[in-house]
Amino acid sequence: MIEAHTLPRLFAGATDRPLSLAHHEEVFQPDGDVANVLEELNASGLIGRGGAGFPTSRKVELLRNQRGHKYVVVNGMEGEPAAHKDFRLLSTNPHLVLDGAEMLASMIGASRIAVCVARDNPTVVHHVEQAIHERARRNLRGPGIDLHTPPWRFVAGEESALVHWLDDNESLPQYRPGRPHILRIGRGPVLVDNAETCANVGLIGRYGAQWFRSLGTDDHPGSVVVSVTGAVQRPSVLEVNLGTPLRAILASAGADTSPQAVLLGGYGGAWLRGDQIDTPYSNDALAAHNLSVGAGIIAVLPRQACGVAEAHRVVRWMAHESARQCGPCAFGLPALAEDLFAVLRGGRDGVVAIARLQERCGVIEGRGACRHPDGVVRFVRSSIDAFAADIDDHLRGAPCAGAQSKQRFLSVPTLEHEEDLIWE
Amino acid sequence: MGVIRRAGMFVLQVNPILCDGFGHCAELAPELVHLDEWGYPIIASDPVPMADVGSYQSARYAERGCPRQALHVAKVATPVPITNVDVRPPTTVSRGRRPL
Repeated sequence: MIEAHTLPRLFAGATDRPLSLAHHEEVFQPDGDVANVLEELNASGLIGRGGAGFPTSRKVELLRNQRGHKYVVVNGMEGEPAAHKDFRLLSTNPHLVLDGAEMLASMIGASRIAVCVARDNPTVVHHVEQAIHERARRNLRGPGIDLHTPPWRFVAGEESALVHWLDDNESLPQYRPGRPHILRIGRGPVLVDNAETCANVGLIGRYGAQWFRSLGTDDHPGSVVVSVTGAVQRPSVLEVNLGTPLRAILASAGADTSPQAVLLGGYGGAWLRGDQIDTPYSNDALAAHNLSVGAGIIAVLPRQACGVAEAHRVVRWMAHESARQCGPCAFGLPALAEDLFAVLRGGRDGVVAIARLQERCGVIEGRGACRHPDGVVRFVRSSIDAFAADIDDHLRGAPCAGAQSKQRFLSVPTLEHEEDLIWE
Repeated sequence: MGVIRRAGMFVLQVNPILCDGFGHCAELAPELVHLDEWGYPIIASDPVPMADVGSYQSARYAERGCPRQALHVAKVATPVPITNVDVRPPTTVSRGRRPL
């Protein structure tokens, strides 16, 4: 039994090895007063931890009203290069995630669970495989659990791309004209939930909604797993109470406590200026700055870094990771990266490019099948706002010292050749 | 002869995955579609009233003329505007003779 008001919750009993099923059941002993998991989930107000911030109970309600051979998909793809939370969660306690997935399956009446982990991370694949075998040996009742290993791509973790992979072995996003849209494998409706969301459902199913709401804020309850990267002494994955000031989170990761800016919500997210880091870390407080918790990524940019150079690197990589299905994304995102490079070099080209950048952002927004181009546009707009002074210096032909140094702080994978990109 | 109804709204939608930027839609429905710098259609997302017969006709032309069949004219179910609804509890109807 884990006491309310205490952390860690999801990482309780964590060691450097994944918990065995017996050890997991010992650490997470059921409370015994949870009668109806569905009602508890509705009362808990759990918000999905995958980035979109959609209430999980609404998704479950939508799927409950569907008919057919249903599936639950656990999304442990972790497309963001700055995030490590699914990796950490699945290699600490895979059974908690699988418990939550089984509860979701029983709520919607699903007969199969698919756990999706990128094949580029063999350690996690191994841990999840072990956990599934362990459950099969115990002969637990319930739906069958399969492990699927799609290729690691940024958009492969997007829910429609994941379902497309399970349906047709192609990690490409699908066109969904009306929302909410029910994704399907064959004819069967699919519930896609992030691994952390499933783990939280596992906790709610054991200890109830009131226990769950003892942490976090009223509108955004519970605890969240954050990955702190960038200019930090220890790049770390922490479980924090929602509503903790951002400064405290940065301090516990040993980060620079007077940063230039902090990137929240990953590479499709937005920047929070360095003087605003006393904001509580929860969706309701961050909404005042047009930000959200997203997938729990905090990337710290120190004062000596050049914001324009970092933004250009990120946008160039994001453009490269486009699935190249939709024209506005396939052609627009490289154009944005080129414009940012012109701004970086400065001069008259830069002045033209900054105006064109604003215009192109408006043209690209909302015209892709998935939200990938919208995320990049959000990131570019936020970069223009956050580094306005820096951009002015570049355009005047006096770039900051950070642009000349070779040190970069945001982690961006190396670009592969276009022919080497694997989508299936 | 039936009554021709021009009620409701429609919106022209493009499937961006199918679209390859042929640009036929901008020729066939210039009032609804214009092209971006890469030749892909930009379509306003707000619904157009069905009473605008010219626009509706050209939207249908664009739908049929698209070589990739990426366009779709979707009818938008407009909710009936609720106005002049009395929210007070109903008063008891007097059965007596109404004074003339």
